[in-house]
Amino acid sequence: MELGPYLLFASLEGLVHAAVLSLIALGLSLVFGVMRIVNVAHGEFFMLGAIITWWVSSFVSGNPAIGFLLALLVVPIIVGMTAVLSDWLILRHLKYDPEATIIATIGILYIIQQFALMTFGPDAKPVEQPFNIRLDLYWFGFSAYKFFVIFSAIILLLAIWLVMSKTKFGLILRATQLDSETAQAFGIPISRVYNIVFGLGAAIAAVGAVLIVPIQQAHYLMGGEPLLLAFIVVIIGGLGSLKGTVAAAILIGMSDGIISVFFSPNIAKILATLLVVVVLIIKPNGLFGTTKT
Amino acid sequence: MRKDIILHLSALLFLFLLEILGIFSEYHQGNFARILVLAAYGVGYNILFGYTGLLSLGHALFFSAGLYASGLSIYHLDYNIEQSLFLAICISALISLIIGFLALRTIGVSFMIVTLMFSQIAYLSILYFGSITRGDEGFVIQQSSRVFLSMDLSNPKIRYYSALLIFSLCMLINLWIAKSPFGRVLVAIRENSDRALMLGYNVKLYKLFSIIISGTISGLAGACYGILFGYVGASFAAVSYSIFPLLWVLIGGAGTVLGPLIGAIFMFYLIDYASDITDAYMIIVGVALLFVTLFARRGIIGELRFRYYKWIS
Repeated sequence: MELGPYLLFASLEGLVHAAVLSLIALGLSLVFGVMRIVNVAHGEFFMLGAIITWWVSSFVSGNPAIGFLLALLVVPIIVGMTAVLSDWLILRHLKYDPEATIIATIGILYIIQQFALMTFGPDAKPVEQPFNIRLDLYWFGFSAYKFFVIFSAIILLLAIWLVMSKTKFGLILRATQLDSETAQAFGIPISRVYNIVFGLGAAIAAVGAVLIVPIQQAHYLMGGEPLLLAFIVVIIGGLGSLKGTVAAAILIGMSDGIISVFFSPNIAKILATLLVVVVLIIKPNGLFGTTKT
Repeated sequence: MRKDIILHLSALLFLFLLEILGIFSEYHQGNFARILVLAAYGVGYNILFGYTGLLSLGHALFFSAGLYASGLSIYHLDYNIEQSLFLAICISALISLIIGFLALRTIGVSFMIVTLMFSQIAYLSILYFGSITRGDEGFVIQQSSRVFLSMDLSNPKIRYYSALLIFSLCMLINLWIAKSPFGRVLVAIRENSDRALMLGYNVKLYKLFSIIISGTISGLAGACYGILFGYVGASFAAVSYSIFPLLWVLIGGAGTVLGPLIGAIFMFYLIDYASDITDAYMIIVGVALLFVTLFARRGIIGELRFRYYKWIS
């Protein structure tokens, strides 16, 4: 293949990366924005989504599309409920103290990860693609499913943006983000909002997992890498800024995908971190960040 | 004040007597040698977390910096132990300076994320430069090069005394810092950094010094770990080795001199027993983290100090 088409191929792969990464990072950023806490277990909720997807699809026989649609419906709910439960059982009692919550979410990280190891096992397991169509792009064939992933992520991001800016629920979230005490004074049940947001953040990551798992296989250690990338994204985009998160996710996801195709996945992450270093030196609050954290 | 120093010296004496009276079985002797070096790492971590109040999630970076600086220089360049230790101390001090300078541009949760990120990148770099570092597989430091002042460091007895020496050194440095005006300023920053700034202390510089001291002690512990136990591998740079010292310090008591040792002994044996039962023994770490944050925020020594013995450092 010549360089031009090869670059196009790499960019398409990069877009798939960016699509899933923006979902994961958005979940992380939403939780931070509204609740002012960092969820280190976020990557494990993503992993949980992937292995439950494998589980669902291995239960449903016949057309893989049925299993996929079922997973798309069920998995975010299960993962979201797990997150809600962990918030209700643990984080709530820590009064969302930043330091204590970060330590507690590391604890949750290990519990979910090791639970997956005990039940799912140490091997990576594939999930069949819901439809197997290859689009002929003249120079190379490209899986139509990957286009579907990009497309679904865009739809979901637009939906989240609409909910945040146009609905009453979004207004409540924004009010809580802006000033939780005043919001409470106006009758917003802050602890319920927190509970829902924590579940929502995990559920968004789980959708990303359902989408990626037919391409990537499910594995109990798969949560670490997206967590690292999501951290890079939120630092560059500015913690809590949803617009910045999506912009940075596209930047990092694209370059991660492209560099991974040409060189190696590890070098892509090392370069992305160097970018973080540059951003920290020039703009410590991130490119889009306004609030001091 | 005097009671305090007597307590800590007698703790060291106790560890010395355990060996000299031959109370240990060979198995526990080996375990305790490991625990002592790891506790020295915990002491390094505690200076930053317990005293200065900065929560780092990336100390494996400093530990592995020392580990690899000494290990690689022995393995590739035929350095002797003195040279490799000197190199390890210089390199971990330099890396702490750089990381400290960068990470201190952020505060609060961003600081925790940035430290975690840097250490993850160090881990990935070790894997990426596998031709030099031998990546995941790691490499063994030959017994013939583990000789210091014509003593064979792989001999269990000498190894235990060396580990105790390293731990004592780090612990006494910690005790001295805790008693010194410098340490008081660190605690003031932990309690209220704005007020410390108002009182005219250069908070950022103190934090930077704290990171350098903490990182260098961690690096020294890493270097000694590699030399005493003869193995250098990428797993020591993974996230779990950043979480372990945090857990030891939390269990033993943040901001106490003996806390890291107590926490390390407790966790080491807990994991040791759990790994006989299940492969998923890290679940113990998760449960322990939740337990200390929910029910025992002060840790063991911290609780003792709070309730009974106010004079413990």
